[in-house]
Amino acid sequence: MAQTITQKILSRAANRRFVEAGESVWLNVDVLLTHDVCGPPTFDIFKQEFGPDAKVWDPEKVVVLPDHYIFTANEHAHRNIDLLRQFAAEQGLPNYYDVGTSRYRGVCHVALAEEGFNLPGTVLFGTDSHTCTSGAFGMFGTGIGNTDAAFILGTGKLWEKVPESMKFTFEDEMPEYLCAKDLILQILGDIGTDGATYRAMEFDGEAVYSLPVDERMTLCNMAIEAGGMNGIIAADAVTEAYVKAHSSKPYEVFRSDPDASYHSVRRYNVREMEPVVAQPHSPDNRATVRSVEGTKITKSYIGSCTGGKLTDFMLAAKILKGKQVAVHTNIVPATVKVARDLECETFEGVTLKKIFEDAGCSIALPSCAACLGGPADTVGRSVDYDVVVSTTNRNFPGRMGSKKAGVYLASPLTAAASAVTGKLTDPRDFL
Amino acid sequence: MDTIIQGKAYVLGKNIDTDQIIPAEHLVYSLSDPEEVKLYGKYALSGVPPEQGGLPEGNIPFVGEGSFRSDYTVIVAGPNFGCGSSREHAPFALQVAGAKAIIAESYARIFYRNCVDGGFVIPYETSQPLTDAIKTGDELKIDIEANTVTNLTTAIAYTLSPLGDVFSIVQAGGIFAYARQENLMAKS
Repeated sequence: MAQTITQKILSRAANRRFVEAGESVWLNVDVLLTHDVCGPPTFDIFKQEFGPDAKVWDPEKVVVLPDHYIFTANEHAHRNIDLLRQFAAEQGLPNYYDVGTSRYRGVCHVALAEEGFNLPGTVLFGTDSHTCTSGAFGMFGTGIGNTDAAFILGTGKLWEKVPESMKFTFEDEMPEYLCAKDLILQILGDIGTDGATYRAMEFDGEAVYSLPVDERMTLCNMAIEAGGMNGIIAADAVTEAYVKAHSSKPYEVFRSDPDASYHSVRRYNVREMEPVVAQPHSPDNRATVRSVEGTKITKSYIGSCTGGKLTDFMLAAKILKGKQVAVHTNIVPATVKVARDLECETFEGVTLKKIFEDAGCSIALPSCAACLGGPADTVGRSVDYDVVVSTTNRNFPGRMGSKKAGVYLASPLTAAASAVTGKLTDPRDFL
Repeated sequence: MDTIIQGKAYVLGKNIDTDQIIPAEHLVYSLSDPEEVKLYGKYALSGVPPEQGGLPEGNIPFVGEGSFRSDYTVIVAGPNFGCGSSREHAPFALQVAGAKAIIAESYARIFYRNCVDGGFVIPYETSQPLTDAIKTGDELKIDIEANTVTNLTTAIAYTLSPLGDVFSIVQAGGIFAYARQENLMAKS
């Protein structure tokens, strides 16, 4: 029977030859990811249900990456880090990346890739909705709550309903003014924030396979914004080169059968698309940048698992080099690795860090920071009636801090162009 | 498990995301310390823009100023309830505030799973929108066996969509209780 890539991966994890969309199956989990917000309550439930002396099913497969509330004076946030540290020590977890040490990495979804945990064909569950980001590596990644995560900690298994798949094909060659962010915001505007609920979103086409890994991660990252269970891009030579450079573990590459059945198929020609934003207060509230250009902004924010990877900063630097920002602009590298790369990667002979500093941007320490607001002292948090253009993933009311503020989700090119003019600006004006 | 859920309705619109259900700044409190847990009740639905809370009138908070418990037992909402982040703190906060069930047109996947597997609140769906037929403050009675909700204020009954496969997990009180019942894990 023909299967999609998602079905094939779930079949493997269920020890089956075939799984059907709609059936619930028990899956063997390859990696469980958690962080400082959901780790402590997950560990509590684990101890309560499996006993105070219980051991996790496989310490190698538990990855704990604190990233949400790191650089804050909030005592409760500090306590949560202490609880992670305690549990990791008790359980002997080798993959705990402690805050305040050289092991600290930063935003979990980006760090997972850097640390070689993303392997084609595997199943990843994480206590974070953006766990779907890892689908960029031809694997299944999805978010779960604390109770489900505690169940995995004790058993290494979880039930999941096999999703139907929606296919999104992007044809032709990517123009230089478009980013993966524009593609996913386009889809969101077309299908809405519940357009893919309980389904897999499979990305395909020449334009998708021309993208670097970072950009593929942006596409898959926002599958959850359409309600998707997972986003996925089959592994190709680009993926395999990345994976081999970061891991020596075995993996298996799966591809959808040509006659696999889909819930729906949508085709886009990227040459006919233009830069877009999601207007307040929903990721599906799409508008072309041209149609809203001139809207005054008070802040620009370039960061997060969606828009704080090296490629995002390379794109922003193209526009910010030799310019001055007109509004407060936060550069928040997702991870320590990305932060270091800003110091050595160059555009036209100048390091990205110098380009951003010369343009008047503030560079923050790597963490989730203001993407989700966070404690009151979080860098970049929106206040009062701020109007923010941001490379992050959500613009729900109050998401970045202030309930009165408005957030425009945009590509790093659009966020950079708008930072320079102080109003929403189409990046084509600078390229 | 109760067979009847009765109490006042609290009506919301569509796409109520988890940042509105419990804003991220509050995710730092313990979910096991009894004193800190109360704060989740206090801040439940505190991220909803005031005019969109307690429809059709609006400007009715789910939890009153200075209180830790809500006067409302059943949340009635439009499509895509619980979209956004995976925070299990969201259905937990609703439960701590005193909610027992939600009746929405549809749910986001992770929130739905969290409600069921954590045994916090029962996530009912209806094929017809009820957000116009029910007003905040109406007295509702859900009959779990009969799969119906009756608006006692207007004396009109509505059919709820069957919970299907997840009914047995709801009945058991969550995924752990269910797994023990089904011998999927050791009984303790």
